[in-house]
Amino acid sequence: MPVALPLLEQVLPVLTEAEACEVPFQGLDTLWLQLTGTLCNLACRHCFISCGPHDDRVPVMSLSRIEALLAEAEELGVKEYYLTGGEPMLHPAFFDVLERVLKQGPTTVLTNGLLIDEVAAGRFRSLFERAAYSLDVRVSLDGMTAAENDVVRGRGTFARIVAGIHALSRAGLSPVLTVVEHSAGLAAEAARQRFLAFARSLGLKQPRVKFLPLVRIGRGARHTGRQGAEEAVREPVPAEGMASLQCSNSRLATEQDVRVCPILLDAPHARLGQTLREAHRPVRLRWASCATCVYEGLSCRT
Amino acid sequence: MPHLRRYAVFGGVYSNHLALEAVLKDAARRGAEAVYCLGDLGGFGPHPDRVFPILLDHGVHVLQGNYDYAIGHGLPDCGCGYTDPRDNHYARLSYNYTRARTSERWWPYLRSLPPLIRTEWAGQRVLMAHGSPRRVNEFLWESTSPDAFLRRLLRDHQADVLLVSHSGLPWQRRLPGEQGGLVVNVGAIGRPANDGRTEVWYALLTVDTEVRAELVPVAYDEERLAHEMRQEGLPQEFVETILTGWWTTCLEILPPRERSRGRF
Repeated sequence: MPVALPLLEQVLPVLTEAEACEVPFQGLDTLWLQLTGTLCNLACRHCFISCGPHDDRVPVMSLSRIEALLAEAEELGVKEYYLTGGEPMLHPAFFDVLERVLKQGPTTVLTNGLLIDEVAAGRFRSLFERAAYSLDVRVSLDGMTAAENDVVRGRGTFARIVAGIHALSRAGLSPVLTVVEHSAGLAAEAARQRFLAFARSLGLKQPRVKFLPLVRIGRGARHTGRQGAEEAVREPVPAEGMASLQCSNSRLATEQDVRVCPILLDAPHARLGQTLREAHRPVRLRWASCATCVYEGLSCRT
Repeated sequence: MPHLRRYAVFGGVYSNHLALEAVLKDAARRGAEAVYCLGDLGGFGPHPDRVFPILLDHGVHVLQGNYDYAIGHGLPDCGCGYTDPRDNHYARLSYNYTRARTSERWWPYLRSLPPLIRTEWAGQRVLMAHGSPRRVNEFLWESTSPDAFLRRLLRDHQADVLLVSHSGLPWQRRLPGEQGGLVVNVGAIGRPANDGRTEVWYALLTVDTEVRAELVPVAYDEERLAHEMRQEGLPQEFVETILTGWWTTCLEILPPRERSRGRF
């Protein structure tokens, strides 16, 4: 197995400013809030930002920071919001934050599902019904069996995630199941069909499944034994392809700064400023992980 | 007292020539002095060629939807961009049928349609688009189009009133705040609005000192359409939608809020 690069090295740009394609910025449609920074109750082997239970290198967001970002987002006419982490439900005021964001626009929560019990599912349901805009919940599940899932998400997690999905289902919600193609068997079209059938078997009436390619940075790089360093976007990207890239109309905000995208949370050169306005400018495809978006069509959006 | 004027605006004909005739009749009865169509003339329904003479005979102002662009240019698919394989399957059936049955003589017409229509009503700048003014295939759903975003669209595209279609579900919103603004998704007349009713919806705009919109349901002979669809070998799932008012395909595009209101 190849030796993994240290984390910092993995997120350094592989191209210079001059070498990399520029992605024009079309305005801020999607705002990602890194609600709990890198704090997570799991330490998945494929995590591209290497989150974990003791990881506070990116801090939890304060309510004042969230308010400031939302005020700016309102002025900029943001279309949709995503709450992510780490595990966003670990935020001490998670449901208050969710309710607040939903007043402003449609919101998707990306969760591992571990904290979804009957009470939490009921709160999601209540917000789903009451909010002015659409609420979506995305639960990560990396296999249809404990053996397939637990090898990456941790021992015993399959049963707990499925319990969370059941709770949502009983509350009348149909979460999106997010599956990372961490093994060859999950990357095929047939796997998608099997997963949809599996989602139905969990009681989801309107099942949706989102497959995500592996991003070869962070712990994900170690998991696959592959480094992104040999990959880079060296050819010009056609205008149509540019427009479908997340970085053309989306940004990630943390407690401390605003970044190019959720994948480049750790990349020092991906910091665009502290405010959304400062980040309202073109970026360049300098990182190895950019190849995943350009060539494999990765979009973190649902 | 300013003169009161009425305009009818509809979208998503989807080859439903029977609904098209019913809507035009309804609009005339209600005194619409001009009629606008926000594109997507084909797809889903039978005999795509039948809608063109109707639109031309009635002097309907038509703009270009993504389907019209694709058929007019002979593209290999509708560019709907579904990811669900089931949705893609039905989208392909629908597109292949429509492409094969749209006479070549109508292709230049489809290509010639404008992407946007601008006009002025009661001093208000009115902008009509298929999906959104910035992208022909952008969906503007009620639950995923926040006020701030709609305000931005109006600002960026110099409009006070924005009329769109593409998503197939009608809604309207008058934007709060100083800038104001009215956004109307006129829905689609080609198939029901996933509400368990067989009627289809269009928008009637009333203009005096301001612009107001009313979303109007229209009944038509859906049994006859279903019969024609069966005769043309169109999928039973499409026929079911026409007869029940519930969408059976292409559901993945619906936001969770809108989808939860449907049967599937």
